[in-house]
Amino acid sequence: MSGRENGSASAERDTALAAYALRLGDDALVASHRLAELAARGPQLEEDVALANISLDLLGQARSLLTYAGSLEERLTGVLRTEDDLAYLRDEDQFANCRLVELPNTDFAFTVARQFLFSAYQFELYTALAGSADGTLAGIAGKAVKEVAYHRDHASGWTVRLGDGTEESSERMAAALEAAWPYTGELFASDPVFRAVAGAGFGADPPELRPAWDAFVDGVLAEAGLARPEVPPITGPAGMGGRQGVHTEAFGYLLAEMQHLHRSHPGAAW
Amino acid sequence: MTDPGTDEAAHPQDEARQRRFDGMIAADERIEPRDWMPDAYRRTLIRQIAQHAHSEIIGMQPEGNWITRAPSLRRKAVLIAKVQDEAGHGLYLYSAAETLGVGRDELLDLLHQGRQRYSSIFNYPTVTWADVGAIGWLVDGAAITNQVPLCRCSYGPYARAMVRICKEESFHQRQGFDILYTLARGTDGQRRMAQESVDRWYWPSLMMFGPPDSESTHSEQSMAWNIKRFSNDELRQRFVDMIVPQAEALGLTLPDPALAWSAERGHYDFGTPDWDEFMQVLKGNGPCNRQRLEHRRTAHEEGAWVREAARAHAAKSRARERAAA
Ligand SMILES: [Fe+2]
Ligand SMILES: [Fe+2]
Repeated sequence: MSGRENGSASAERDTALAAYALRLGDDALVASHRLAELAARGPQLEEDVALANISLDLLGQARSLLTYAGSLEERLTGVLRTEDDLAYLRDEDQFANCRLVELPNTDFAFTVARQFLFSAYQFELYTALAGSADGTLAGIAGKAVKEVAYHRDHASGWTVRLGDGTEESSERMAAALEAAWPYTGELFASDPVFRAVAGAGFGADPPELRPAWDAFVDGVLAEAGLARPEVPPITGPAGMGGRQGVHTEAFGYLLAEMQHLHRSHPGAAW
Repeated sequence: MTDPGTDEAAHPQDEARQRRFDGMIAADERIEPRDWMPDAYRRTLIRQIAQHAHSEIIGMQPEGNWITRAPSLRRKAVLIAKVQDEAGHGLYLYSAAETLGVGRDELLDLLHQGRQRYSSIFNYPTVTWADVGAIGWLVDGAAITNQVPLCRCSYGPYARAMVRICKEESFHQRQGFDILYTLARGTDGQRRMAQESVDRWYWPSLMMFGPPDSESTHSEQSMAWNIKRFSNDELRQRFVDMIVPQAEALGLTLPDPALAWSAERGHYDFGTPDWDEFMQVLKGNGPCNRQRLEHRRTAHEEGAWVREAARAHAAKSRARERAAA
């Protein structure tokens, strides 16, 4: 192989890897933000502590992943974007998170459902990534998988409690799962970026994560006495969704709130 | 309310217990939950610990107000962690109150019914990001000044809770100072934001120590019981002496024309807070009294079905375990 081919092949890999890190980082950032909205609004103090804990873990993951995405991008473009540049200065259509994590907290059951389905996905993802051929990703995932194991336990515990608890809680939990479920399809959809990082041994191709996720989710639902929702995945315009920057309407408001202060003082340090 | 002194002296056995209690207080020993204590001592502690616990959890609101708008991811993480700490402080303190025979649910009900207080400082709004800095620096700073002596409070569980809490509060104060320090060295807009915020929070933070000693109702007895170690005015002075040099380090001014070093006293002289405003806020007419309480009640009421579900599931699980055994 000539040096030139080598260079362009590695540039292609870096491009895919940067896009991949950004997707994972955006997932964690937005999931963290939705949980952070619940500060001082939990059903009991213990839950305020737990939700803040999970939000903080996810924010930590987001910061590592966005910083890494920014540094990969710099290698390609010569321009560095920091974690804050990426979080605060991109527009809605440049965010590549899945839509599941941006769905608003309509009630505690929905927060639990969203976190349960997402943590179960992140657990399989980070488990796979802990063995990534990319040392940085492997390091981030190796640390994150321990955190996510707790998130998954926590959300599973509530799924069971609410599913099994009272008539009202069981109805609310079933409705929440049904509302969140159509957005899980996006977690397991593949595309050229995913295939490129999986092919290079850096990342996981999402469809491969599905069987383990299914088995785990089904197990918890059975324990909770809840049926697996029979609802088809949501489609996007021309098959596009969060990964392609086409988000739900609620997402624009999330970003408006999150970015407003930062953008009001261009170039300021905080 | 009956005078605890008279009804407790009624039985010789109580007299002996009272003597033992008095002896422990005189020797500055710790009273533990298993020890006999006069009813008035217990009531005073319950009132104070409950008010303190309520302050921790109501205090989550003004700062929580800025979590989703925090201007950098680092600041956002620090702020989430801080608000989480305050929830933890609430938990420690409700547990301390529980050792006196009153449960968290009961105390929360009293808070929600407006029958127990929380610190009036949280009835002021956080209208700018700099307020997160000012709260950390001034409000957590005042809280530490108040609370460090409570680490030696005569009631063991309260004193121990305060040791843990004070460690975290001093982090909070440093983080608040750091926010203001950064703003004060930032753009003109940031600097203005910092100064304007300190101007708004200075006087309310001085009020956190309570009314002047000449008008303080609970102080004397609390001092005799080693619950309170220093008077309101002593603590206020200590706080002013601490923040004046810190304000200089920040490069910000304090909105008090009377501030001046007194070589004679070895302390800073300072002005008199607006005690009418203090009374108004205490009576419920501050900018956020209704909002804070309403927020608490809403969170509690909206969580009722969740807590109920958790209880129902626990009961069902126990029943299933029994059936299987
Ligand atoms: Fe606190
Ligand atoms: Fe604090």
